[in-house]
Amino acid sequence: MNWNSWSAFWAMGGDGVYVWGAYLVALIVAATEIGILALSRRAILAHLGRFVRIRPATGTNAGGNSR
Amino acid sequence: MPFPAEGHFFARTGNTKPAAHELRTFREKPDAYPLPGKIWHGVCWLSPYLLKSPRMQSCSSAIPPGGVQPSDRLERPGLEDWYRRAGKLAPWFGWTAALSFAAAVCLVFAAAPTESIRGEHHRIAFIHGPATWISVLLYLLTTGSAAFGLITRQRLSSMLASALAPTGAMFAFVALWTVSLWGKPVWGVWWIWDAHLSSELLLLFLFLGFIALREAIDDNSRADRATGVLGLAGLVALPVLHVSVRWWTSHQGLTFPYLRITAGSGVTGFVTMMTMSVSLACYALAAALTRLRVVILERERNATWVSREQLP
Repeated sequence: MNWNSWSAFWAMGGDGVYVWGAYLVALIVAATEIGILALSRRAILAHLGRFVRIRPATGTNAGGNSR
Repeated sequence: MPFPAEGHFFARTGNTKPAAHELRTFREKPDAYPLPGKIWHGVCWLSPYLLKSPRMQSCSSAIPPGGVQPSDRLERPGLEDWYRRAGKLAPWFGWTAALSFAAAVCLVFAAAPTESIRGEHHRIAFIHGPATWISVLLYLLTTGSAAFGLITRQRLSSMLASALAPTGAMFAFVALWTVSLWGKPVWGVWWIWDAHLSSELLLLFLFLGFIALREAIDDNSRADRATGVLGLAGLVALPVLHVSVRWWTSHQGLTFPYLRITAGSGVTGFVTMMTMSVSLACYALAAALTRLRVVILERERNATWVSREQLP
């Protein structure tokens, strides 16, 4: 191990702000992306669910234009 | 006295060994064929499995429960298959990314030794380097698949491009953020107009421009064409960018390879770099595949398989 105590570990030899800032922001950005993905998936599924209720079960194309 | 044609028939069923002059096809005497012939035979044999969907059950081309209505559009079965494949692959890549990221963080903070001269800030390089590599790789994949979609008119390719671009922008941002935090203790400033930093900033702007162009056009096929043209231009721009970075660096002096030498030296540094690269690449794949599912659903919302009650 490179450090003798937890405080030395967090201080990171005086560069703690930079090192932890880099890794934390990377994690935050990744978590944000995962959250946005989950929200968009939930939104499109809710949207499709509304369409499914409108449509008959035969799979016809009622509702929505066909681009 | 046997029937005259008996030997000829029974050679095919295996009761009688066929004569040598009867062996003609590759399947009967593969050893007599040269290597290119063997390779070509393998390609021909595999091609239906590579090109076609292996499963026609519950495909969008299957007949729906109420019979085919006149309003049903005829659709190619590929997108539903890719929707399912992406859903199966994404969790594997996601868990691989999580586990290897944990391993990489342990390596960065426990195994990589403290630099006696330059201090601890070199540990930032272990995430900056892989993030930069993955952002360039994602740029190649985005522009390449957009251009491929323009050339072959495969909608899946354009959808993949639009699914990859936000993840690429995110990696470009992470690379810029980390190099800024690395540069502050080293250079004393948050930003210099170094060749590598400038080209990474340009990469972020290219990603943002790609996404903006995609989102600015409502008609999907027109957006595919526009982003495909942008992708072709971007593919041309990338080697120019690479060469310009090298020339600029040779004029200005080596400011940036300092980082590579510091972090990547030694077996521990190399293993740490590679573990982090694998982790970030798996994360990028998982995020892009998940977004590809959302994009497929958004763009195929009028397709028959999407409008079923039970979505895969």
